[in-house]
Amino acid sequence: MKIIKKAQAGSFESSDILILAEKPKDTKGRVIQLNSIVEKQYGDTILKTVNAILDKFEVADIHLVIHDKGALTPVIEARMETVLLRASNNQKGTMY
Amino acid sequence: MKNSLNRNIPEFINGIGKIAPFTGAWNKLKKGWMDELTISPPNKAKLPHQKKLTETLKEAITKTSPKDGMTVSFHHHLRNGDFILVETIKILAELGIRNITLASSSLNDSHTELIKYIKDGTITKIWTSGIRGKLGKAISEGIMENPVIIHSHGGRVRAIHTGKIAIDLCIIAASAADEEGNATGAIGKSAFGSLGYARIDSRYSKQVIVVTDNLVEFPCFPLSIQQNFVDYVVKVASIGDPTKIASGTTRITKSPMDLRIAKLAADVIEKSGYFKNGFSFQVGAGGASLAVAKFIRKKMENKEIKGSFLLGGVTSYGVDMLNEGLFKTIFDVQSFDAEVSSSLYNNKNHIEISASLYANPYNCGCMTNKLDIVVLGALEVDVDFNVNVITGSKGYLRGASGGHCDTASGAELTVVVCPSFRGRISTINKRVDTIVTPGESVDVVVTERGICVNPNKPELAQILVKAGLNIRNIEDLQKEVEKIVGIPNPIERTDKIVALIEYRDGTAIDVVRQLKTVE
Repeated sequence: MKIIKKAQAGSFESSDILILAEKPKDTKGRVIQLNSIVEKQYGDTILKTVNAILDKFEVADIHLVIHDKGALTPVIEARMETVLLRASNNQKGTMY
Repeated sequence: MKNSLNRNIPEFINGIGKIAPFTGAWNKLKKGWMDELTISPPNKAKLPHQKKLTETLKEAITKTSPKDGMTVSFHHHLRNGDFILVETIKILAELGIRNITLASSSLNDSHTELIKYIKDGTITKIWTSGIRGKLGKAISEGIMENPVIIHSHGGRVRAIHTGKIAIDLCIIAASAADEEGNATGAIGKSAFGSLGYARIDSRYSKQVIVVTDNLVEFPCFPLSIQQNFVDYVVKVASIGDPTKIASGTTRITKSPMDLRIAKLAADVIEKSGYFKNGFSFQVGAGGASLAVAKFIRKKMENKEIKGSFLLGGVTSYGVDMLNEGLFKTIFDVQSFDAEVSSSLYNNKNHIEISASLYANPYNCGCMTNKLDIVVLGALEVDVDFNVNVITGSKGYLRGASGGHCDTASGAELTVVVCPSFRGRISTINKRVDTIVTPGESVDVVVTERGICVNPNKPELAQILVKAGLNIRNIEDLQKEVEKIVGIPNPIERTDKIVALIEYRDGTAIDVVRQLKTVE
C-alpha cells in the first residue's frame, strides 16, 4: 500500500489514540514518533501492534505521529487501519 | 527478611532503626495492650494572665527556641489550600534550622515547594500519610537520604504515643481562634470543618502555636483545640486559599463506569446481611466510592432502614443523609466541603472526633472498630486482595494511606470498588506494587466485570451467589483483564528504599524502592 496524502484517525480522548500519517519527506522506510501515557509500560507493545498493521497492509514508507492515551490493542489496530486507508485514498465510505 | 505477606523488608533502615515486620492484620492487637513504651505528654506552666498573642508567625516560632534536628508537625485539614506548612518551613530555614523531621498528617500538591527545603538539608526526615504530585515524584526518584515513613491516620496517633514521632513544635492552622488558643475549623472565612487530626499533636507537642486568620473574641468554641495545650497564638492575613480548602458541595460522579460499579457495590451491601437497622457506614470521598452512598440512600428509603452513624471523611452528601434522618449521627474526623463545616457547627448530632477516637488501634475502642460497612477505593488490588493506594502505575508515590487500612481492619464488611482497568492500566493484578491494606482485611472487590469475594469469607460468597450477583474468582478476573490490556513492562527499581509503609500497628507492611528510570 502506498501512502499518497496526509490523513488522521482517532482522537485525543482517554483510552483512544490519535494517529497522523503522511509520506516520509526525504527518507525511505517507516518513521514512527510515539507519544503515550503508558509508554513505560506498553511502549514496545504499541509499536509491535503498529508495525504488525503496517506489515499487513504492506506499507514500506510512512511517517507516523502517534499520540496514545492508553488505547487497547484492538483500538490501536482499528485506528491504524483507518488512517492507512485514508492516507492511501482507499477509504470507501461516506466521509470521502 | 520477609514479612507475613512475603514482602522483602530490611531488618534495619538507616535513619529509622530496627524494623518490625508485619505479622497479620490483628495479630499484635490480640494481646490487649501495646508492648512499646508510651511517652508522657509535656507538663508546662504559664503565669496568670500571661499573654500568648504574638505579632507574627516568625516571632512565635523564634519564641519556641527552634533547634537543629527538631520535629515539626502539621495537620492537613487545609488540603490543597494550605499556606501555613510551607511558610513555617521557610521561616525555620531562614532561622538557619537544619535536619528537621517533618510530621504532617498528610502532604499534597500545595506542598511542592518542600522539594527545595529537602534538597538544601532543611528537611531530612518525613512522616506523613500521603504524598502526591511533584513532591511524590521527587522522593520516588530518591532526593532524600532517609526513607519517608507512610502511616495510616490511626497509626499516626500510635506513633506519637510511642514517641516515634516526638513533636517539638506543632503548628495548628485554625479558621477561628481566641487569644488563649481555643480554636476550631468550623467557622470563619477559611472554615474547613473538623480539626480531628491536630488534636493529638496539641496534646503531645513540646510547643504549640495556633495560627489563625480569624481572631475571635474570647472564648472561641467549639473547643476543637483547647487553650490548656497552646503556647502561642498568631493572627495572620490568611491561613490558606478558601477555594482550595473547601468549596461548595460534593457532587456524585456522572461517570457511567463509576455509577455501574457503585450500583453493584450497593447490591452487595444490601444482600450481605449487614444492611439492617442500626448499621454504621463509611464511604470514601471520591468517584465510585462516594457514589455507593447514593444507591444506599435509595435502598434505605425504600426499605425504611435507619442507620446508626456515618464515619470518617465527611461530605455534604453524608450531611444530607443525616438531615433526612437516615443516620442518627456523624462522627467527623475530617470534613471535605464547606457545607460540612456549618453542619458540624450547628448540628449536635454531627460530632467532631480526634484521630485517636477515629482509628488508633491502641486504645479501648476506636470508631473504626465499631464500623459495620466501609466502601474504599484502590489504585490496584491483587489476587490475595491486598490493596495499593500509595504508588501509581509508573511506581511513583502518588496517594495516601489515610484511613484505608484502619477502616478495612475495623469494619465487618470491607468493600473495595475499582474499575477492572483504567485506560490501559490493569487494577486487578497478580501482585500489587505496594501493599497498604492487607488482603485478609478486605472482604469484597467490586468491578464492572464481576464481584470477587475473599476466600476467607465463604459464607458471604454463598449469600451473594444466592442473591444472583455475578461472583467471580479473582484469579480468573485477573487473567481476563491481563488478556485485554496485555502484560506491562515491570517497574524498574534500585535497592535504595525511599518509603517505608507502616501498618497501623507500627509494623512494616511494605517498602517502596527508588525508581531506576526517571522521566
